[in-house]
Amino acid sequence: MTALLSVDNLSVEFRTRSGTVRALERVEFEVRPGEMVGIVGESGSGKSVTAYAILGLLDAAARVTSGSILFEGRDLLRLKRAALDEIRGRDAAIVFQNPRTALNPIRSVGRQIADVLARHAPDAPDRIRAKVLDALRSVRIPDPERRALAYPFELSGGMCQRVGIAIALSCAPRLLIADEPTTGLDVTTQAVIMDLIRDMVASRGIGVALITHDLALASQYCDRIVVMHAGHVVETAPVAALFAHARHPYTAKLLSSVPSSVDSIEELSPIEGNLPDLRRADLPPCRFSERCARRQAVCEIGPLPLEALGPDHLVACRRVL
Amino acid sequence: MPAQAPLTTPVLEAARLRKHFTIKHAGKTQHLHAVDDVSVVVRPGEALGLVGESGCGKSTLARLLSRLLEIDTGSLTLEGVDVAGIPVGRFASSPQRRLIQMVFQDPTESLNPRFSIFDAIADPVRMLVKPRSRAELARRVEAAAGQVGLAPELLSRFPHQLSGGQKARVGIARAMAVEPKLLVLDEPTSALDVSVQATVLKLLAKLRRQAGVALLFVSHDLNVVRLLCDRVAVMYLGKIVETGPAREVFAVPRHPYTQALISAIPKIGKRPATAGRLDGEPRSPIDPDPRACRFHGRCPRQQDICAIDPPELRAVGPGREVRCHFPVE
Repeated sequence: MTALLSVDNLSVEFRTRSGTVRALERVEFEVRPGEMVGIVGESGSGKSVTAYAILGLLDAAARVTSGSILFEGRDLLRLKRAALDEIRGRDAAIVFQNPRTALNPIRSVGRQIADVLARHAPDAPDRIRAKVLDALRSVRIPDPERRALAYPFELSGGMCQRVGIAIALSCAPRLLIADEPTTGLDVTTQAVIMDLIRDMVASRGIGVALITHDLALASQYCDRIVVMHAGHVVETAPVAALFAHARHPYTAKLLSSVPSSVDSIEELSPIEGNLPDLRRADLPPCRFSERCARRQAVCEIGPLPLEALGPDHLVACRRVL
Repeated sequence: MPAQAPLTTPVLEAARLRKHFTIKHAGKTQHLHAVDDVSVVVRPGEALGLVGESGCGKSTLARLLSRLLEIDTGSLTLEGVDVAGIPVGRFASSPQRRLIQMVFQDPTESLNPRFSIFDAIADPVRMLVKPRSRAELARRVEAAAGQVGLAPELLSRFPHQLSGGQKARVGIARAMAVEPKLLVLDEPTSALDVSVQATVLKLLAKLRRQAGVALLFVSHDLNVVRLLCDRVAVMYLGKIVETGPAREVFAVPRHPYTQALISAIPKIGKRPATAGRLDGEPRSPIDPDPRACRFHGRCPRQQDICAIDPPELRAVGPGREVRCHFPVE
């Protein structure tokens, strides 16, 4: 099956006053139609940078130094701005982390959906209005005629996020990037939003890249997981395989350090050490090695490729578990 | 935890607390019922989790119990001493102040950026413990820092030079330095990175074991409460709707809201339970209908009586209470 999205050998740097941050290095993964892939990592792992890089939303300090991002066979990194603008919002869309700040505070939510439709699917005003109401219904916002007139401040966080999803899905994209879409929302609201996204995958066959730090959430909703650490993809696997038997030492450590995966406080095991400073010129080939109990001489040999250990199961490690 | 003798004085005992906020909107005066008819008991060394979603009143309740906010009506005693009658301003300099200390959510925002770490920890010790010499002060500060695993060289630094995890430890050290009987923690790990959370949680568990301090742990993260707390109280729109031993409440919730809450928690290895999803919005906490159960309108088990007869908190087992006419079996 051809991948919907294929990220290959992607490296991104940020130039800052205190040095060059090597935020992503040779990142590689794919998203297929009709599947939800969880891009999982702690803060500083590069997962949000990856999400933004896909749709060309990185800020001016960022430089893509290698790689390709193939969307339906076209390399998004090599497209001219005008071509990217056509794709973005229409064929590939994004739901942002903080729904309140992602929405325009001085425009009604109905108008914000209409704006996207007007840009990508211009039509007569009454047809656009009908599509706006359909979009609100598709995210199960009750009383859409009235809610379309509301401003973001009049809506709860959960409602705002549904609007964000409605905007993203309004032009029927094939790919959805969801950047921590439920962080900051109550757990009952999170459940409803995630159910909604998953239903979209099932009913519309879209491919979703879900960026999240919440492993348990990813385990419940995703088909495959991409684990990132300090700008590297360290492990990629189908969800059941990853949680049954993680092969990368970092993945295993991460799993035993989160409350959702242990049954008692004694079992909770924090990861020792800190993330390496990504401005260092002497970063080792494996960025986890300096904290890894399994480190040996072979770990210093670079570069460290992702290798297949099983069906769809890739690991970047020379001393796999 | 060893069974407490029934006559052990609770560290904290609150009965029928009420806190309403007055809102003036469009010329009308309205009342936001933040906390209504809440009773809480915390025994020595016990860890009580207070859970609920945004707007349930748990943070307001935490502040009422810590005497950072005035109570409207209700009683509050700390180690048997009535403190509800002491105004908040005077409480700050009363001997009871050191019994209950608060650890705040965002360690970056709750540390004075112009105080060195030493001073941040020393400040409450100076005010509430009144050490007799500088040497004694230094000993207490260093002991508190050591208790939370803060390296001594960090004492001369300032908050901006510390990592998130280190700042969180300072917040805890500062609270522990006056040897309180109860720590009130308001979402202490939600502003922290995942990897740091585990360290802080284990530290809190260790402090309970070693110092015997009781914890009132306010959180929306039920996984954390499940791991750390003996008992849990679930709040909804200003009222406590369920209490009980943490493991029991998580395993067999009796209130329909608790049931929806627990089934919504993602758990590794389990597929999401799409049945029983709680949709819609909670009722407004502003001037709520006093005759209706506050969960009426969203409740999957509601009947007509729920709109006209508000349920009371009733025992449904040893140490278990539920506020519902039709608790889940």
